[in-house]
Amino acid sequence: MRLFDHAAATSMRPSVQRALAEAAPLANPASTHREGQRARAVLEDARERLAAVLGAHPTEVVLTSGGTESINLALKGAWWAARDAGEPGALVVPVAEHHATLDAVAWLERQGAPVRWVGVDAHAVTDAEAVAAALVDGGRASVATMLVASNEVGSLQPVEAVADAAARAGVPLHLDAVGALGHVPLRFAETGAALMSVASHKIGGPHGVGALVVRRDARLEALHHGGGQQRGLRSGTQDALGASLFALAAEEALAELDAEAARLRALTERILTAAAAIEGVRLLVAEPRLPHIAHLVVEGAEGEALQFLLDEAGFAVSNGSACSAGVARESHVVRACGLTGVAPLRLSLGRTTTEEDVEALLGALPAAVARARALR
Amino acid sequence: MKVLAAMSGGVDSAVAAARAVDAGHEVVGVHLALSRMPGTLRTGSRGCCTVEDAMDARRVADRLGIPFYVWDFSERFHADVVQDFVDEYAAGRTPNPCLRCNERIKFEALLDRAIGLGFDRVVTGHYARVEHGDDGPQLHRAADWAKDQSYVLGVLTEEQLRHCWFPLADTPTKAAVRAEAAERGFLLAQKPDSHDICFIPDGDTRGFLAERLGAEPGEIVDRDGAVVGQHAGVHGYTVGQRRGLSLGVPSPDGRPRFVLEVKPSTRQLVVGPEEALAVSRLAGTRVSHAGPAHPGLAEGLDVEVQIRAHADPVPARARMVGDELVIDPAAPLRGVATGQSAVLYLGTRVLGQCTIDRTVAADAVPA
Repeated sequence: MRLFDHAAATSMRPSVQRALAEAAPLANPASTHREGQRARAVLEDARERLAAVLGAHPTEVVLTSGGTESINLALKGAWWAARDAGEPGALVVPVAEHHATLDAVAWLERQGAPVRWVGVDAHAVTDAEAVAAALVDGGRASVATMLVASNEVGSLQPVEAVADAAARAGVPLHLDAVGALGHVPLRFAETGAALMSVASHKIGGPHGVGALVVRRDARLEALHHGGGQQRGLRSGTQDALGASLFALAAEEALAELDAEAARLRALTERILTAAAAIEGVRLLVAEPRLPHIAHLVVEGAEGEALQFLLDEAGFAVSNGSACSAGVARESHVVRACGLTGVAPLRLSLGRTTTEEDVEALLGALPAAVARARALR
Repeated sequence: MKVLAAMSGGVDSAVAAARAVDAGHEVVGVHLALSRMPGTLRTGSRGCCTVEDAMDARRVADRLGIPFYVWDFSERFHADVVQDFVDEYAAGRTPNPCLRCNERIKFEALLDRAIGLGFDRVVTGHYARVEHGDDGPQLHRAADWAKDQSYVLGVLTEEQLRHCWFPLADTPTKAAVRAEAAERGFLLAQKPDSHDICFIPDGDTRGFLAERLGAEPGEIVDRDGAVVGQHAGVHGYTVGQRRGLSLGVPSPDGRPRFVLEVKPSTRQLVVGPEEALAVSRLAGTRVSHAGPAHPGLAEGLDVEVQIRAHADPVPARARMVGDELVIDPAAPLRGVATGQSAVLYLGTRVLGQCTIDRTVAADAVPA
């Protein structure tokens, strides 16, 4: 099987696999005895290494169970904190965000939080001016959120412009960097954001580990209550091993970022060019884009059929998002770009992708597209 | 062969898929997501196509070591089955949604896709047998007549049957299927059978229809037009129904009365004595032949006809008149509802069916 779904979860790095296999038992890092202190040291080493990679201070790194928890903590936490301070302003949210964001925001909306939705263009790029206006029109917003790059289409988002506007308006900005980490340079302190979500499995670390970077001055309520770990923002026994594996993956990803980005950009460029020449295929992505994603849509085809044909031919691909029931629903991102009734295909590459993989895919793609189109 | 096993998450389709694997075929499992609101959990024998069902099917596929997918047919299902169900009731008819689902979803939408993707057959857990002969396929009753589902498959065409495989055809009983599922280590072996209509999980058909069609009260009248009671809404009543009628005026002879006719246009239910239900002729269009059409139908053929999923087949003479199938039961038949399918049998063989459009009351035909 050739994996073209690295954006869902990329292969675990060999170094991480080795470290996992050789890991020594660890005590609870909150325990005060020497064994606990040893575990605590492993945990805090990992936090410092992660902070260094993310361009943040270790105090700002709150470890979580992954991207979804980080995003929920950021958005619910920030809105609850604003509400508790007597300033229950709106959330500003682009419509083509990941479901972790959309569903958390929809839940807050049902709890009475006002939400200002912002549109995207035909390339899934958020309108920075619309965000800037939404931050202040009708009263100052409580929190704004944005992807660093569309996790489906791959287009980079106007982070700088939105961060500037957020700073001017005095609105804390959350960046969803889950899909961008390891693929574009990312220094939290330089983004101007108050909050930033990342996850380990996107860069070759273990699943179930993530972090929310929380700027010191950001007001945040906790989702989980208990032992008061991690500044009281995330109670629960901390996973020192998971944190150390995440840090290892992050360091490696950062070290190879420039070379890998260039290599993968060339490969995805090859896919995009070849795909665009296939009848019925359209591209939505706009430059600048994530280097490892080649997103295309096929007109007049059933997405499920197209994915099945490629899966059967030995290519693991995605339509852009995975759902719990395993049903590939129509992509809200593609719809937000103004298209319906098309079959999206997100081909995402990673560290293990070779040129031969890409050539094999391009050999199979035209026939799969033609066959999926013939089904309608 | 390369076969696509439709796996509902129930015992029957799980065992059917397992038998297809045992037979050495290349099997791919697929669960059809039919509900537009997935996420519900099953309660007893009610509910279908839930997240839990998809998971049950997935776990069977895991054990069988076959690839498994969930395909979303919810829009097609809503348009072709649920909406059809509502429309038919709105027209005063009594639809059979399971039959319609077989006709339009499992053996049309799914089968078309399967063929397009290079599969030879679609495998399901239905209790019925397809014989693939030189003259084309024939559909027959299953060995276990108690579980036989040939009635709801009677609507399939020759072309559809060509691509069907029902591995449970010769299973002696449902208990044997459960035992086999348990032997194979399927956790769902003791899962209750599904009853009722899958898209009405609480079983309240009248409530479901009232939500969509409104429930306007109206009169219950006898055959002479005299008002004998009131109802809360005509939808959901079926010809031949006795229960659920609240009649203020007792019948002159003190005998029970039955629904004879549902008239949505005047919001009236016509009731009368049991013998008034008797029909000596039923006829319908939308005729299909389960395999090559039997040549005898052109002239008239002695067959058996079954008018509901759980009715007994009765002797009848059937013939094609233009595009209409006309069926004269040997003895008057009761409880024939328009919208239901009249399936013709010759012994165990299904000859085809029509959707009943009209009936002729026994006392209306001169002897």
